[in-house]
Amino acid sequence: MEKRLMKGNEAIAEAAIRAGCRYFFGYPITPQNEIPEYMALHLPQYGGVFLQAESEVSAINMVYGAAGAGARVMTSSSSPGISLKMEGISYIAAAELPCVIVNMMRGGPGLGGIQPSQADYFQAVKGGGHGDYHMTVLAPASVQEAFDLTMEAFEIADYYRNPVMILGDGVIGQMMEGVVLREPVKLEELKEKEWATDGAVNREPNIINSLFLDAVKLEEHNLKLKAKYDLMREREARAELYKMDDAEYAVVAYGTSARISRSAVDEARKKGIRVGLIRPVSLFPFPEKIIRSTIAKTRTYLVVEMSLGQMIEDLKLALNGKRPVCFYGRTGGILPLVDEILESIELMRRGEGIEADCCLS
Amino acid sequence: MREEIIMAGFGGQGIMLMGKLLAFAGMKEGYEVSWLPSYGPEMRGGTANCTVIISTEKIASPLSYRPDTLIAMNYPSLHKFLSRVKKNGSIYYNSSLIQNKVDAEDKNLNEIPVNELAADIGNDKVGNMVILGSYLAKRRFISLDAVKESLKEIISEKWQDLIELNKRALEKGAEYINKIRP
Repeated sequence: MEKRLMKGNEAIAEAAIRAGCRYFFGYPITPQNEIPEYMALHLPQYGGVFLQAESEVSAINMVYGAAGAGARVMTSSSSPGISLKMEGISYIAAAELPCVIVNMMRGGPGLGGIQPSQADYFQAVKGGGHGDYHMTVLAPASVQEAFDLTMEAFEIADYYRNPVMILGDGVIGQMMEGVVLREPVKLEELKEKEWATDGAVNREPNIINSLFLDAVKLEEHNLKLKAKYDLMREREARAELYKMDDAEYAVVAYGTSARISRSAVDEARKKGIRVGLIRPVSLFPFPEKIIRSTIAKTRTYLVVEMSLGQMIEDLKLALNGKRPVCFYGRTGGILPLVDEILESIELMRRGEGIEADCCLS
Repeated sequence: MREEIIMAGFGGQGIMLMGKLLAFAGMKEGYEVSWLPSYGPEMRGGTANCTVIISTEKIASPLSYRPDTLIAMNYPSLHKFLSRVKKNGSIYYNSSLIQNKVDAEDKNLNEIPVNELAADIGNDKVGNMVILGSYLAKRRFISLDAVKESLKEIISEKWQDLIELNKRALEKGAEYINKIRP
């Protein structure tokens, strides 16, 4: 298979086109600009529409419209821009519309910086917008995975009629690696969206709406959404386990921090420490069952994030107090170093995690 | 085999392109590769650097804290990364722009008068290819031919007429280092 050297951002854009995405609405922001650039260059060749909106708020509402009309549609941004999209994302989740949203995270809060970060975890997996809803959140750790997960994201979005977020960071977006491209989907073979508002010819009109003034009806709707999220928890949770077969200790990290942690795990193994890596690939649903399956052998867990500790809460919920959890994080756009993670692994092994940046709890 | 390279210089010297070319050629030769740029509010004249990793194994961290090789195209870049190069690692630097004495006893130093060599073939903008040619001729894990062959994939369509010039620059850098270190 031919390999192409691509940036993560380019791979995501190419994957979207190959998944049948013909509409892209966005607004520029570093470090994700290669996505709109790629879409602007290539979408017209497929008869698609690239549109730079006047703001992120407009862009997400254009996504709402296109998704409602039954199109495969995507938008992308980075942290501050994603915050602006949150109202629209809540509406899209409420109206049960499929779409793909890419967040190439940068340091925050506020305007923050432009360097890579993972500080939007809470926003991505806990809602972000208002109301009881979840996006499906996928976190690639390589350019190949950015490509593969984006193609899949459109299938998941259509299947569940739910927004899917690809959660990367500046490193995933800017890095180039070899990618094997999958064949494009055949648009004519995609399942017809009978619910779409694409012109009521010879049928009753469809209605897409997120307003339920009758509390009884709204609760029914909330329960319907919950059933969908429960189904996702059942079927869509995934994680990669690395050197976990005999691991007494585990590092838990996703995306870029998982790549760096993998090097630290290799170094620690050379020192005879039986440590492995659990890399959540889906952040919502969080791979709780997979993590719980490691409890029998694993004594302590170390969460590594490019934030001050967000995914650690989901890990603690998954472990439910059965094992201690340590943490090491760098934030603001600083990447953790292999040596720093290695030191945290050694602290964890000695059970001395209370001091420094690694806290046992 | 695993080689971690940091390439650095000022914006406009073709640092990013040089890295992409090496990564692409490495990929074509069957290696695992990664290319990671520094990105920021950067512009021509500012600093630019990228990290290229080429390996027979899957690449875990795409960052390099202790690179095997540093290619430095100007003094601030050399100054910034010198101490991070591994013991017995290699440094290739642009001696046309770096006249200061370089202090690094435990490292292999390769002075390449990049600007003069580029000027010799009639275009001072191909210094990046000159120093890459020197590096490849000495490190010899990816052939010069593979890199020359990769040029057409990396140089944008608009500039395809400059491929021959870039090939000559790669050869020039290789000849230079072969002459001083047969």
